[in-house]
Amino acid sequence: MNEGFLIGGMFVATFSVRYILFAMAGRVRFPSWLNKALEFVPPVVLMAIVAPNISMPKGELWLSPLNPWLLASLVAVITALVRKDLLTTIVVGMLAFAGMRFGLGM
Amino acid sequence: MSDSTASSQLLVEPTRAREFLNGASATFPLLVGAAPFGIIFGTLAEPNGLSALGAILMSVIVFAGASQFIALGLLAAGASIPIIIATTFIVNFRHILYSANLVAKVKHLPQYWRVIMAFGLTDETFAAVNNRYLQTDNLSRAHWFYLGSFLAMYSNWILCTYIGLTLGNIFPQMQNWGLDFAMSVTFIGMVIPYLKSRPMIVAVLVSASLAVVSYDLPHKLGLLMASFSGICVGLSLLMLKNRQPVSKERKQ
Repeated sequence: MNEGFLIGGMFVATFSVRYILFAMAGRVRFPSWLNKALEFVPPVVLMAIVAPNISMPKGELWLSPLNPWLLASLVAVITALVRKDLLTTIVVGMLAFAGMRFGLGM
Repeated sequence: MSDSTASSQLLVEPTRAREFLNGASATFPLLVGAAPFGIIFGTLAEPNGLSALGAILMSVIVFAGASQFIALGLLAAGASIPIIIATTFIVNFRHILYSANLVAKVKHLPQYWRVIMAFGLTDETFAAVNNRYLQTDNLSRAHWFYLGSFLAMYSNWILCTYIGLTLGNIFPQMQNWGLDFAMSVTFIGMVIPYLKSRPMIVAVLVSASLAVVSYDLPHKLGLLMASFSGICVGLSLLMLKNRQPVSKERKQ
């Protein structure tokens, strides 16, 4: 029941954004500042989700070189900067994380 | 491949089926990139509190990769449903930019085509279709290209969700393998290409640090607050940066 609400609500939230301009087909123009603001949205929101996950994986802030979530994230950032390929970044980041957690027992 | 496309454009207008197949094949490399997300989404669904049926239905009905991941993350963290829906809305707001870009290409189409195309508007299909529009101005059957790209993405996404659910059931201890980190590392990989200007970098840093500081706010409100603050700071920096050359010109 709750999942029905969740999925229905997410459908409305997703589809309305995708459809509204198609429905009106060019009769509306955004002010340029709003267009610019929208460009910030994806990375800003994604990092707001990632930052707590990797800096407080056990519920409390853990800023330490011994935190494998943070260390593996750093590896992923470097990989993404060097290779510019999403799949490589994911695989290398996961391998680094697995190595630290299960190889080194961090 | 490019030879045959070029010659068919010269000789006759491509048929609907040809456009459809071109759309699907132009999207193929993007499927390979999207598949892991679908699989990871499927494996993460049940450990994060979404039923198998809910996961499949979400992929069929919502069809928005990043939002589905975020919904799982928020479900696991105990966020309320309205917060998850509001977050979905914000995360998907970038699609406004895509649709704004495509408006001129759909104006001549009946509403039912626009509904289908809007539902299928993903980052990948936008990228593939945008290339098609850049290559040729002929719009009369371009929506069949779009449909081919959309259905390739859509079927791939649903299939991968199912594969992920199955893998998660075969290996129930998968949730201890650090797949939760897969979500973080996926998002990191998605964010890095955006970090090309100082306003964007500062916006992301502001958002990330505020999200950590405000993590204990109820209903994950910290996430929205942090995002909004990051966007405001980034936009302000961008406007200050863009203003400088203008004022210099005026002095000259």
